Amino acid sequence: MKNLTLPISEEDIRGLKVGDPALLSGVMLTGRDAVHKWLVDTFIEQKRTPQGDDLEVIETLKPLMAGGVIYHCGPVVSGLDTGDYSFVAAGPTTSIREEPYQAQVIKAFGLRGVIGKGGMGPATLAACQEQGAVYFHAIGGAATLIAKTVKKVLGVYKLDFGVPEAIWVLEVVDFPAVVTMDSHGGSLHDEVERRSETALAALLLKM
Amino acid sequence: MKDHTPDFLELIRLAATSLPPDVERALRAAVEREEPGSSGRAALEAILQNVEMARAGSTPICQDTGTPIFTVHHPAGWSTRALREQIRRAVAEATHRSYLRPNAVDSLSGRNTGDNLGDEHYPTIHFEESEDDALVVDLMLKGGGCENVGAQYRLPDSRLKAGRDLEGVRRAALDAVHQAQGKGCAPGILGIAIGGDRGTSYIASKETLLRQLDDENPDPALAELEDRITEQANMLGVGPMGFGGATTVLGAKVKATHRLPASYFVSISYMCWAYRRRQMTIQAGEAAYS
Ligand code: SF4
Repeated sequence: MKNLTLPISEEDIRGLKVGDPALLSGVMLTGRDAVHKWLVDTFIEQKRTPQGDDLEVIETLKPLMAGGVIYHCGPVVSGLDTGDYSFVAAGPTTSIREEPYQAQVIKAFGLRGVIGKGGMGPATLAACQEQGAVYFHAIGGAATLIAKTVKKVLGVYKLDFGVPEAIWVLEVVDFPAVVTMDSHGGSLHDEVERRSETALAALLLKM
Repeated sequence: MKDHTPDFLELIRLAATSLPPDVERALRAAVEREEPGSSGRAALEAILQNVEMARAGSTPICQDTGTPIFTVHHPAGWSTRALREQIRRAVAEATHRSYLRPNAVDSLSGRNTGDNLGDEHYPTIHFEESEDDALVVDLMLKGGGCENVGAQYRLPDSRLKAGRDLEGVRRAALDAVHQAQGKGCAPGILGIAIGGDRGTSYIASKETLLRQLDDENPDPALAELEDRITEQANMLGVGPMGFGGATTVLGAKVKATHRLPASYFVSISYMCWAYRRRQMTIQAGEAAYS
């Protein structure tokens, strides 16, 4: 078991390989579809001029992203009326939807990882290799268990994206995940799929 | 007729927060089959811990509480209109109490209704009159990630060399499990229907998921097929969460329905490990749950 404290150094990330179980502690951000599009359009490709509190928010987030991780998650949050937020259920969402954006976001903001479920594609894998980052796979459906590792909600930005789509800043202790894509080009998802394909071919030969 | 809204609410709470015993037993047995120290085993252990925590705290097992699908068997003379209203009231209240996540999204505007009440198909309610004097209601919460990896095959299928027989069904089922990989939150349970039209075939595939995991199909040929599909799907090695391992599916349930001479559909509904289904029986005004 690897105990990792956020922010994570490049050396620690390069030391991780596919299959390693990890417990993450420290400060992380949630971000899914709306956030990835916003980051790329506004700050990376600059197709959209910053509006409202965009510039302020990005300056606050930059230090958290450098060496940090983004968690693909649309949580159930309580305390919405009082602002005394707490995470009730917070399992991972399917990551592949961020594939068009993830590589750019990793490189532009110096992420050391993303957390989600289902794995990601070749562009993200290449960015992980280049930048020194990994894909952490959380346990799909283990929503109550994961919510319990969120000790504190430190803040929320872009709540106008909606509760599941907002950027939640979290303090976590021992958030459980498994490295399924590493910074050396290894992907457990590719390996498992290739093996399953061979096994399927053998089973279809039989009558 | 008594107002059963509170009974429906309890049925929903139970389904969303307390995994049925047969499913939990199957997950516990699966842990033992995974290599000590493997990611697959750790995933199953975390899943079981999550199941216990959700039950203890009455919180959702998974944050995606899925499509609520009710199947209502009612005695003669009950008003299905009144029952529908009570079910809808209970669904809205369950959402308010955070047993259910608001999941009903208008397909045109993208707006979430916020209370899980959509059009007449959402929540889904099937009514059937029975000869019994009890009201029996099954509720299944069908998650989105696993619904996305369901598949329908039209046999014959030349890519799979699948003809119109049980061997063809086996081929289609194994292909579906391979295509799904871990994306439906494996280990999954396969609901398989043979026959029907495209619509009834999928409905039947979900009906089979109401069976107990450890029951036996009364048709010996189908019973054998279920065992075979389960055993061989597990030989694919996809494993829990797609991490690799011995348990890719916990079981398969097959049902055959009548079809047109021209069509031979095999419809596969993939249910994730968070296999949330519960039953309520109301007899002489009193509700019991299982
Ligand atoms: S597939 Fe099932 S366990 Fe996985 S996220 Fe969806 S509802 Fe939850």
